[in-house]
Amino acid sequence: VDRYLLIFSTACFLAAVVRTSVALRAGIFRLGKFNFLAIGLGFIFQTAFLSVRGHELGRCPLTNLFEVFIFLAWSVAAIYMLIGPAYRLSLMGAFTAPLVVLLQGFALLAPIDIRHPVKVPSNPWLEFHASISLVAYGAFALACIAGVMYLVQERQLKTHHLHSIFYHLPPLTDLFAAITRLLWWGFALYTLGIVSGFFTGHPLPRVQVGAALGVWLLYAAILQGRHLRWLAPTRVAALCIIGFSVALTLLWGITFTAQMHSLP
Amino acid sequence: MNLFCIGLSHHTANVATREQFAGGATAESIVREAGCTEALLLSTCNRVEVYAVSQSRISTDEIARCLMRKSDTDPHDYAPPFYRYEAEKCVQHLFRVASALDSMVVGESEILGQAKKAYESARTSGAVGPYLHRLFQRAFRVAKQVRTHTDIARGAVSIGSVAVDLAQRIFGKFSDRKVLVLGAGETSERTARALISRGVSDLRVSNRSMDRAAELAQAVGGRAISFDEWAPQCREIDILITSTASETPLLTPEKLAPMLRERLDRPLFIIDIAVPRDVDPGVNEIEGVYLYDIDSLQSVAEQSLALRRQQVAAAEVIVAEHVTEFVDSISRAFHPAPQTAEHASLGKNSLRTSEL
Repeated sequence: VDRYLLIFSTACFLAAVVRTSVALRAGIFRLGKFNFLAIGLGFIFQTAFLSVRGHELGRCPLTNLFEVFIFLAWSVAAIYMLIGPAYRLSLMGAFTAPLVVLLQGFALLAPIDIRHPVKVPSNPWLEFHASISLVAYGAFALACIAGVMYLVQERQLKTHHLHSIFYHLPPLTDLFAAITRLLWWGFALYTLGIVSGFFTGHPLPRVQVGAALGVWLLYAAILQGRHLRWLAPTRVAALCIIGFSVALTLLWGITFTAQMHSLP
Repeated sequence: MNLFCIGLSHHTANVATREQFAGGATAESIVREAGCTEALLLSTCNRVEVYAVSQSRISTDEIARCLMRKSDTDPHDYAPPFYRYEAEKCVQHLFRVASALDSMVVGESEILGQAKKAYESARTSGAVGPYLHRLFQRAFRVAKQVRTHTDIARGAVSIGSVAVDLAQRIFGKFSDRKVLVLGAGETSERTARALISRGVSDLRVSNRSMDRAAELAQAVGGRAISFDEWAPQCREIDILITSTASETPLLTPEKLAPMLRERLDRPLFIIDIAVPRDVDPGVNEIEGVYLYDIDSLQSVAEQSLALRRQQVAAAEVIVAEHVTEFVDSISRAFHPAPQTAEHASLGKNSLRTSEL
């Protein structure tokens, strides 16, 4: 049953992607409630999936790579639902939906939903550490999306070729302010996630700690560069995209390694 | 009941012809002289149209005669450019006009305001009755829906408004933005005024002639800057509007780049409306600098127009839906079933096919 919920959820996000693609191809992109409703419905199915899986496991559903990807997709949608209205909701949705479809599509198609042979005992600190870190990833994902929007608009302004989507983008300076805020939120939550990792009562694998600190340092450097005005907004936007790509790859690596180690 | 529209517009008549019929009549005088039950006169620089309701058919010549400024002119001279729409076609025409689909610049916003004004004026004089009231209220609704649900009004289509529109796309609000006007020409003054009307409060003017700079600064509520001191202003300002008569570029990448190092996180929007250009095109390559010269502004205006034209089909669909719905609802409201033999001719079909 839970997989069907996820399929319905992915279909909703996919509907938003298809609609946006058709509008962009026709050159008549328009804001509308469709994207927001499709994402809202997709989010409800995501939440239902996590709830069913959580009840089944008797803990936060973060026991394998499959669940990690779904939780991440849920975080992205949740943060979008929270902050979307502040920045022309449908448009950010148009950029958010493809990312969620990619994450969930991959999770559904790849053979990564490997159940643990024994029930994983509940550990509140571990669950807090994992979930808060993934919510931070959600904020980084949204910063990455805002970065894409920034670069799209910036390019159009530079080249003097304005597509219909240009007229629906938030002002460049507002978008940059949004990127900065999302980076700070993501960074604060990620720091909390890392710190809480030391209270889990488990020995921390060196590779995981190293990767987590690497991501933390990368975002710290971006924020420092932004704060001291060493980095121009276009560089910050580009680094948000690079940063999230790196973070996602490392997350995959960390979870995959942990999963391999935990299997008999 | 006959509903009709008689008029001429930029599609059918030149300005010399149009001006013969503009300002010669009022909705009230048309009701009185032509014997209409209701009438409304929509007179703008691009069109003169009468929307009217009558018990019996009123000829186009009769309306043309009412509209003429000079009574000694033969209305037949002007009959050819007049168009006449009746019943459903009249409804459709009005909805298209109000939605700016029939305008010279598709999607322009003035026509809706002009139509509202014309309606108000006719209503005040008592020339508008329940029929035209419903028709125009629906037309305003259609126009609003077309503007909301399509991109017909997106993007600016004149040089000055393109510049202001782009500035808004970059900065959002103007309240804390600083603007420097370099060269006190007419276009830059217009652009500066448009920016002030949108909320710019810090405006600086620099010109070779300090007197002219002071004059313009005073006129627009800004402050004058000596021409020798304009360049360092680039460290602070957000928008530069330049239109001097200089033969060589005043601003080059070599001059500007060092000044921008301290303000990496703030974009600089440069509007160069001078010919020859005041700003070296290489400046656009600097990070965070967006340079628009007269050609690029023109190109953006053309792109906006093309975008608006793409939206016409979607807007026509909205109009068509409303026409059908309005014709049905007005037929029901004014000729409720069951119809008596006496009123049978005023039923739903009468508005559709009408003798009208």
